[in-house]
Amino acid sequence: MKLYLQYMKIQIQSIMEHKMSFFLTLIGQVILTVTAFLGIYFMFLRFHSVKGFTYQEVLLGYSVVLFSFSMSELFARGFDTFASMVSRGEFDRIMVRPRNEIFQVLASKMEFTRIGKLVQALFMLLYVILKSGIVWTPYKIYVLVSMAVGGTALFSGLFLIYAALCFFTIEGLEFMNIFTDGGRELGKYPLGIYGNAVLKFFTFCVPLAMIQYYPLLYLIGKESRKIVGLCPLAGILFLIPCYIIWKIGVKHYTSSGS
Amino acid sequence: MIQVEHVSKSFRIAKRNPGMKEAVKSLWHREYEVVEALKDISFSIKDGEMVGYIGPNGAGKSSSIKILSGILTPESGTVSINGRIPWKQRKEHVKEIGVVFGQRSQLWWDVPVMDSFYLLKDIYSVPKQQFQESLTELIELLNLKEIARTPARQLSLGQRMRCEIAASLLHSPKILFLDEPTIGLDAVSKLAVREFILKLNQTKKTTVILTTHDMQDIEALAKRIILIGKGKILSDGTLLELKQQFPNEESLDEMIASLYKSYQIS
Repeated sequence: MKLYLQYMKIQIQSIMEHKMSFFLTLIGQVILTVTAFLGIYFMFLRFHSVKGFTYQEVLLGYSVVLFSFSMSELFARGFDTFASMVSRGEFDRIMVRPRNEIFQVLASKMEFTRIGKLVQALFMLLYVILKSGIVWTPYKIYVLVSMAVGGTALFSGLFLIYAALCFFTIEGLEFMNIFTDGGRELGKYPLGIYGNAVLKFFTFCVPLAMIQYYPLLYLIGKESRKIVGLCPLAGILFLIPCYIIWKIGVKHYTSSGS
Repeated sequence: MIQVEHVSKSFRIAKRNPGMKEAVKSLWHREYEVVEALKDISFSIKDGEMVGYIGPNGAGKSSSIKILSGILTPESGTVSINGRIPWKQRKEHVKEIGVVFGQRSQLWWDVPVMDSFYLLKDIYSVPKQQFQESLTELIELLNLKEIARTPARQLSLGQRMRCEIAASLLHSPKILFLDEPTIGLDAVSKLAVREFILKLNQTKKTTVILTTHDMQDIEALAKRIILIGKGKILSDGTLLELKQQFPNEESLDEMIASLYKSYQIS
């Protein structure tokens, strides 16, 4: 952990070298998500609900997804830019250092410009928490927190799979964006509104609905079974297959060297 | 002590004929060619030896270095370095080796070199006292005082190489792998690097394994030369022995060229 902070320090020092670029990207990131937010806002000016979800309820789901996505971008960005790392041969360097490979990739790149998005997601969350009229019992607070934690784990897991695939090919991996960026975009609305097929996919294949849709239903009182509050754990369990895929990738790398 | 016994390694390389049609075809059906990078390699290197590992491009030098440093797993054969198998006990193994890839940097690009050094101290968990000692020594011997506060991206190639070498020695490794350490350096920097490596080997008894195409490097540094070509070890001996095989060649480069030709590996 101490070492992670040291890595963080050196990256902050790197950013200091390019201050202007950092702030412009930060601003760009904020504008980008503000427009997404405005999109939802204007829609609700015309329609008062989407498939029975109110403005606040939609926003609650979105802010959790946005928060999770930004968190994993902030910390697991190294995996997202992993293709260039492999093609530049930097993974060799990681292999000759006496530390865990995943740790080194995680620590090699933190995207601090995502702090803008993160703060924005937090504001949205705060707004919804105050305005939604949900009675916040301790269990509901736990569910909300676990949604954010599970979501961060889920998106980090997706980045990890993406990185593992880089060991096999570095071309045509854009399809992974369907799950990462796609997941974030779909996550603007409760996943149930897209129909059964989409919901099933995001329940059993990529468990995004487990951290967004089902616990959301519980929070807003559309689902009363308490057990639903445990759904977000799926995001953490999702890391297990991701880790196995990563290990297979590393194994392939050490036997092919490219 | 490095012991390499009967190590073999082959790669599958996707092959296709040029042209759009072939490119599309390769989406479904790919032809692979198996390239045997290393065929039954064996050698051993004692502690404190300085060995030049030479051979033409594509001979298997990099693959060997990658296996020795724990990056690659060979298909067959055994490697034991100070009693460890590099690819099985990776973390313990790499604590005792230093690796310099001449064409790639290990320094953090945007921060002063010194900051990279301090991060490496934490990565290798070097005790403070020991770190201070080796740092002071390296700064003095490699003449880094002026440049240690400059960001790595602003250094000249020669300055950077000196920093790279320092960076890979901060944890006082017993074995140092140098993959083309003098590539692209000017005469002054080359001499400085050579002089330093020589001194390191003499005073610290660090085992040095050096790959290079620069024959003057070999002449200045390596008493023993392992020649590899097409994945096989072709000769293993002193530079003097090699020279005696080709008494008529005037320069070292010419000698090596005829050597490659005589083994039909060029």
